[in-house]
Amino acid sequence: MLRFLLAFILLLPPVARALDIEIVGGAAQQIPIAVAPFAQSATLPESVALVVSADLRRSGLFRLLETRGVAAIPHELAEVKYPEWAALQAQALVIGKVEPSAVAGKLKVSFRLLDVVKQTPLAGLEYDITPAQLRQTAHKIADIIYEKLTGEPGVFATRITYVNKTGKRFTLVVADADGGNPQTILSSAEPIISPAWSPDGTKLAYVSFEKKKPVIFVQSLTSGQRYVLANFKGNNSAPAWSPDSKRLAIVLTHGANSRLHLINADGTGMQPLTASSAIDTEPDWSPDGKWIYFTSDRGGSPQIYRISPLGGEAQRVTFDGSYNVSPQMSPDGKLLTYIRREGGKFQVAVRELAGSQVQILSESSQDESPSFAPNSRLIIYATNINNRGILSVVSADGRVKQRLSEAGDVREPSWGPATN
Amino acid sequence: MNKQLMGSVLLAMFLAACSSKQVKEEPKAAVEDKTPATTTAKTPEAATEAPAATTAPVTEQSVGINPLKDPNNILSKRSIYFDFDKDEVKDEYRALVEAHAKYLNANTGAKIMLQGNADERGSREYNLSLGQRRSVAVKKVMNVLGVNDKQIETVSYGEEKPQCADKSEACWAQNRRADIVYEGE
Repeated sequence: MLRFLLAFILLLPPVARALDIEIVGGAAQQIPIAVAPFAQSATLPESVALVVSADLRRSGLFRLLETRGVAAIPHELAEVKYPEWAALQAQALVIGKVEPSAVAGKLKVSFRLLDVVKQTPLAGLEYDITPAQLRQTAHKIADIIYEKLTGEPGVFATRITYVNKTGKRFTLVVADADGGNPQTILSSAEPIISPAWSPDGTKLAYVSFEKKKPVIFVQSLTSGQRYVLANFKGNNSAPAWSPDSKRLAIVLTHGANSRLHLINADGTGMQPLTASSAIDTEPDWSPDGKWIYFTSDRGGSPQIYRISPLGGEAQRVTFDGSYNVSPQMSPDGKLLTYIRREGGKFQVAVRELAGSQVQILSESSQDESPSFAPNSRLIIYATNINNRGILSVVSADGRVKQRLSEAGDVREPSWGPATN
Repeated sequence: MNKQLMGSVLLAMFLAACSSKQVKEEPKAAVEDKTPATTTAKTPEAATEAPAATTAPVTEQSVGINPLKDPNNILSKRSIYFDFDKDEVKDEYRALVEAHAKYLNANTGAKIMLQGNADERGSREYNLSLGQRRSVAVKKVMNVLGVNDKQIETVSYGEEKPQCADKSEACWAQNRRADIVYEGE
């Protein structure tokens, strides 16, 4: 059912990957790093070094050095000959091993990150895990390396959700940030849109048309159980969780035009928030819970506004151009990403909340659904190439771009929260 | 195609008379409408349910054809098309809306769902709202003609249920549409 693009499979272990990565631009200055193959049994489902290398390479901030020429690959600190790695121009080196743990059936994974220039260890950790956790552990290792060397938290161990349309069926999928390990959350003959992660990452709210009209469901990712959050007369859509998880902002129509409402996470206590006769939709809470950003055409064209969850006057946020929609705040509260239409093209834009300068981050023309990674550094969005929906990731400064494509027609991505 | 339509109409007759389980049909597919350009009519999805339903006994008047399904009756026409970025019901669709309003006023037990649609350009949620604007516009015309809101639910499919998939003006025009669907259809 899933077909792979062969180009990248050469570098990656044969694991169930739904999304294949194509990197189309890199950062100007990349850190040269060598990730030496870990000592590990050939029968294990993942190669830790390969997963870590792919994560670091995909970030665009690292230049992965070839390690095959090195005579004896070190797996422990004592085995490292720094001059060997300095000769390869490496600034950093990663070594490690996977061994059977003292506990039957489990594995012990250990790694070291070394500064080749200063010849000192920078980080190291040991994990006691089940074989099923091996890939996630490799992502965690990549996150530690990323943070140590860039000063920013990594997001390799996070998850994304998206909707895939294949033929006439729609599936809501949760996958690793690199597209690995895709899990079907919902399979339906009717469209699914607007998935939204709960702040703790255990639930998804989404809009399903299975009842022949848009209805909001909340589904637990741990139990698979779900309930109807909102099925009022008319449309029920655009769910957005409050940062404290207690409420959601949603859009209802009740026989009129789209308006924002608030509702408790258990579906009780619905109350209206906006009352204009225009379209108000696409709510998104600020991380401090003080504002809800949203799209409204009350001014004559769709623009981004914000309103306090307590009500009151809405303030206009975007003033350039005649179509600005789909606002998403960065988790650090500093940036706003949205979709801007200019000259018929729909493109991802980003702006500092405190500033006014708008940067267009994409060169495509049918962008939708931008969503920040939990470190506020990357934005995932849906776009269209050759009549097929694909996902793209771009760094918030526009310098690194990745394209992820799966068989089918992918849309509505949302990046999950940070993992611990 | 004609035979199938005829079969569906006859079937609908029997079922309307019996007031038992109704066959679910997708009216969008069965309706012929005025739009220009290419239309691909889909097969009604419920065709496979038909055999099971024919065993229901026919009791009273199976004489009159259900006007809602009669291809010679304006009531079988269910789609109103809109201009780009607009939600005004154009003059050419007034007669259609008036006919359905009249039917609803005469049959106060009947209920409709007005399903709004938008073409695929732009945000899905905003397009859901644009589609909603169109279904509300049709509802307002019906309200003026005396129809009570209790008989109307307005919903939108936005860009999610397009009738065609081309990225062409002709296709987009077809998707800028509100459909009238009666309860039980």
